[in-house]
Amino acid sequence: MIAAADKIELIRGLQQQILSLQGMKGPLEGVQFNFGLGPLERAFPGNTFPTGAIHEFLSNTPEDAAATTGFMAGLAGRLMQQGDGVCLWISANRAVFPPALKMFGIDPERVIFIDITRKKDLLWAVEEALKCESMAVVVGELKETGFTESRRLQLAVEQSRVTGLMHHFSPRNITATASVCRWVVKPVAGEQEAGLPGVGSPCWNVTLQKVRNGKPGTWLIAWSAGRFRNVKRDAVAAPDHQLPKTA
Amino acid sequence: MSRRFITIWFRHLVTDRIMLRKPELKGLPFVVAVQERGRKVITAASAAAQALGIDYGMVVADARATLPSLQVFDEDPQLAEKLLHALAIWCLRYTPEIAVDPPDGLILDVSGCAYLWGGERPYLKEIVTKLRSAGYDVRAAIADTIGTAWAVSHYGQVSPIVEPGALLDALLPLPPAALRLEQPILERMHKLGLYRINSFISMPRLTLRRRFGQLLLDRLDQALGRSQEIIELIRPVELYQERLPCLEPIRTATGIEIALRRLLEVLCLRLQREQKGLRAAVFKGFRIDGNIQQIEIGTNRPTRNVEHLFKLFELKISTITPALGIEVFILEAPVVEDLSQVQDSLWNTGAGHQAGVANLLDRLAGRLGMGAIRRYLPDEHYWPERSFRLAASLEEKPAADWRLDRPRPICLLSKPELIEVTAPIPDYPPMLFIYKGKIHKVIKADGPERIEREWWLENGLHRDYYAVEDEQGARYWIFRLGHYDEHKPEWFIHGVFA
Repeated sequence: MIAAADKIELIRGLQQQILSLQGMKGPLEGVQFNFGLGPLERAFPGNTFPTGAIHEFLSNTPEDAAATTGFMAGLAGRLMQQGDGVCLWISANRAVFPPALKMFGIDPERVIFIDITRKKDLLWAVEEALKCESMAVVVGELKETGFTESRRLQLAVEQSRVTGLMHHFSPRNITATASVCRWVVKPVAGEQEAGLPGVGSPCWNVTLQKVRNGKPGTWLIAWSAGRFRNVKRDAVAAPDHQLPKTA
Repeated sequence: MSRRFITIWFRHLVTDRIMLRKPELKGLPFVVAVQERGRKVITAASAAAQALGIDYGMVVADARATLPSLQVFDEDPQLAEKLLHALAIWCLRYTPEIAVDPPDGLILDVSGCAYLWGGERPYLKEIVTKLRSAGYDVRAAIADTIGTAWAVSHYGQVSPIVEPGALLDALLPLPPAALRLEQPILERMHKLGLYRINSFISMPRLTLRRRFGQLLLDRLDQALGRSQEIIELIRPVELYQERLPCLEPIRTATGIEIALRRLLEVLCLRLQREQKGLRAAVFKGFRIDGNIQQIEIGTNRPTRNVEHLFKLFELKISTITPALGIEVFILEAPVVEDLSQVQDSLWNTGAGHQAGVANLLDRLAGRLGMGAIRRYLPDEHYWPERSFRLAASLEEKPAADWRLDRPRPICLLSKPELIEVTAPIPDYPPMLFIYKGKIHKVIKADGPERIEREWWLENGLHRDYYAVEDEQGARYWIFRLGHYDEHKPEWFIHGVFA
């Protein structure tokens, strides 16, 4: 007869095993990332943001793309804080303005930009970068990836524990994916203290469309004073999607 | 160590070439001629023609009188030079130091090379038979000096190999023409009855100079090794170079990989001894048919890691076409930098982040080119397009801080785009703007932030930047170019905030 506490422990261990088999290995021993995403992190299995995995971001307009880039930069900045991490920013059509990355906690001189026009080379470069264990994070701006390609990328990071942020700008069709998460980030009116004029700090409507073993949802996340902040605002129109909203 | 030279004399360079092109001419008398002062003068004659007494310098009409069936070809003035150069490159498989000796010879510095072929006799035999079987009528000789080698190759009767230190003995029985003298001097000597070198070599130098000029003395000194003769190499010798001759021609990718790995091991061992690392390397394969196949790589940091370099080359091995086979492989390191032992050990264990990153970047650069990889450092300019600059290397540290005090958009348009606005004057942000046919109503705005044009770099109007947010919550960076004065200023969108 196994005691109830032991049973719970056993089941948790088994769940952990299943998760690691499914590509959610979690961070390496002793490495703790604090993303400060607040309630959003409860959507993930184990209540931790999955590092060492592929995250997909979808956007259709330049405004959404900029918001997505900002959100990704915030995540990448957190991942790069550990040691002297290096970020590879691989893109076909780069619009990002390097000095602005500083605002999101990234030292722009630690980002290496790779500009590639051929799609085949782009995928190869992203895969090679994801295989390299010395990378803190790899940002790939790919138009789209098919299922096979996304599975290759996911398998690469499961070996190397590198976090990959893939930004698909105006993909022609959205296919099934092997990535752990799929995000949609859209800009909403900025956060400003009551009564003060001006644009204020960036604020996004962050939708987690898909998350393996987690709970999808929508959150309002702002970036202020160098960190993410969860915003509670009542009436927020979440455009273009019909997903249940969690607190 | 004493130096050894081989000179190769192509006795019928141009006509041999023509014969190779047109095999039906084999054994027939024919000449190559050039139009000169209204008549045709022979510049090269085939061996068969020479046997009939038709030779260089004759007029074609005279030669036709002797032999009416003589065939005449027009001269290609570049041909001899081009041929010699190509042959010199082919000969690189025997020694790295080769010079062209116009009009019809090659000079090879073979010091220390012959033992690879089992001695000077087999070495020389190998070169001569290879060239003869290729269809060129050659004579070659090996000696301590270029002068003597030339003399023996052109006029020697006994042995083509002049033993070290036996220069004088070899020269004595030869005619004065063997000293590479000019025609007038030779005629004067002939008139005086000096038919052989031994008849005048013991004369006082002063007398020789007075009678025949300084050139004779110079040539004698060069032939006897008393003065150095400088040759201009067709290909400067790389300091860091390794070569691998193959017993049998290599035709497979596996074979090429083995050759590459061996060369890399030897080269990296040498680099390690000398505390160096290479930044660029060239791998060459000399094909049997004379073609040279080569692949190049470059690295971001000096390295002497065999595995890493091999991986870089491996991406390109498929571009080598071995055709009938490759005889000799050469690995060169044209760019070499200092690399200390400590850096090396870091590199191998992979303890440093930098090493892994540099390895990855090398692989990316190998496939995509160095231009695809960019890293930026802050530059002290307010003008947004100039506020950052390309970093020169992977290690370069920023000299200044990145500025955080002003809002900057995460996405910057490569070129500002014109927008239509409705804006109250003088200095208020617009109430709405039209960009790509879409109306954006401005809800909130920050600004203006005036950025002046850097007049020492370029002329133009200043920009007044505003950060605006439309009713969708999207944030833009727009600017007005110049003041409101007599003309209406233009407005531009320059970026999108996150």
